[in-house]
Parts: sequence; C-alpha cells; structure tokens
Amino acid sequence: MVNKIVKVDVTDKTCPGPLVEVRKTLNKASPGDIVEVTGKHSVSKKEIPMVAEGMGLEVIDTQEKDGKWKIQIQR
Amino acid sequence: MENPNPKIGEKMDDKTTIIVHSGDTDKLYSALIIGDGALAMGMESTMFFTFWGLERLKKDELDKGPISKMSRSMFDSQLQKANVDTLEKLITDYKELGGKIIACEMTMEIMGIKKEELNQELIDEYGAIGTYIHEARESKINLFI
Repeated sequence: MVNKIVKVDVTDKTCPGPLVEVRKTLNKASPGDIVEVTGKHSVSKKEIPMVAEGMGLEVIDTQEKDGKWKIQIQR
Repeated sequence: MENPNPKIGEKMDDKTTIIVHSGDTDKLYSALIIGDGALAMGMESTMFFTFWGLERLKKDELDKGPISKMSRSMFDSQLQKANVDTLEKLITDYKELGGKIIACEMTMEIMGIKKEELNQELIDEYGAIGTYIHEARESKINLFI
C-alpha cells in the first residue's frame, strides 16, 4: 500500500467547521497517510494542531504565505 | 458497521457531557458547537436533551426556538455573514463523528411528547437522570446549557 497525501481545504469554514473537517479527513485517511489542511483563519491555524495532539498524532509541517497557511499531519 | 469515530491515537477515552435544557436557538448553537468541537478534538460526547431542549428534537423543530437578545432576522444575517453552519449541518456532523444523543423520558412524560413526534433517527437512547449521571460521572467536561 502506498501512503498518500489527503488534502482538505477549510478556507471558507467557521468554528467548529475547520476542526470537524480535519477530524473527518483523519478518519477517512489510512495510517501512514499525510493529511494536508489549507486555510486562512488564524484561530484555526492555532487549533488544528490541538486536534492532532488530542489524537496523539504529529504535525510534521506548517507553512504560511500571503495570509494562507498549510498544515501537514501524519496519520 | 464501521466505527464513525475510530480510535486513532492514545488519548481517546475523555468524554464531554452536555445537558441541553434550553430550547433557545442561540443556546442550541453553543451546545452543538461544543459537542462537535469535543468530537473533533478526539473526545467522546453525549448530549442529554431535556425540558425545552427536547422540544428541538421534534420533527422540523430544530431551528424553531426563540432567540435571546436579538431579532431572528438579525441573528440569521449575522450568522450567514460569518459563514456559520446551520443547526442541521452541526447536528449531522455530530452524528457522523459518533456523538451520542439521549432524550429525557421524564420530559416526554411531563410534556406529553410521544416518540413518534421526535426525530428518532437522531436519538441513540431514551433515559432519565440515572442514564445521565451514568454518562456524566466518567466525563471530564460537564455542561448545563
């Protein structure tokens, strides 16, 4: 089985939407996959790593450019 | 059936329990946002609908509650502007992530509410105070809304 990158965009979502969508995506992804979340809200950028932590998963990369951010979580 | 909220990491045994006593629309938003947030963060969640809160589980009554301190048109337009999900979407997400809903049987008796009047597909269990305490005693977060 090949590990893949599963993308989810939460740009237009408001609380608790981004957290819920990240959680749903983590549920659908297979162990070993990387879940890549993109968005704009700064509060979600702060809280999405908390979702990962709550599930004992690790954030492996965070990037931000022109007000848009990208977070990668190792499933 | 596939578990809608599978255990992924190690910290999955925490639980949030919410008593939904108010049937006000704005309070129902708070309750469902907290419930959805708890599930998203890897906790379990149980919502116990009682008194005016239970009225909102009647068919087509979810978003029919009163709104405190604001007109409905203003409330709706403010939420729409901020792109907040509808109550319908919030409760659908809640169920999809494995959230549990208990309907208070005592309220059903007092208010003469029959099972057939309720949105039964949303309700996991019918119970009274014993069922609630049984859930709440092992919960880290307990709220009354």
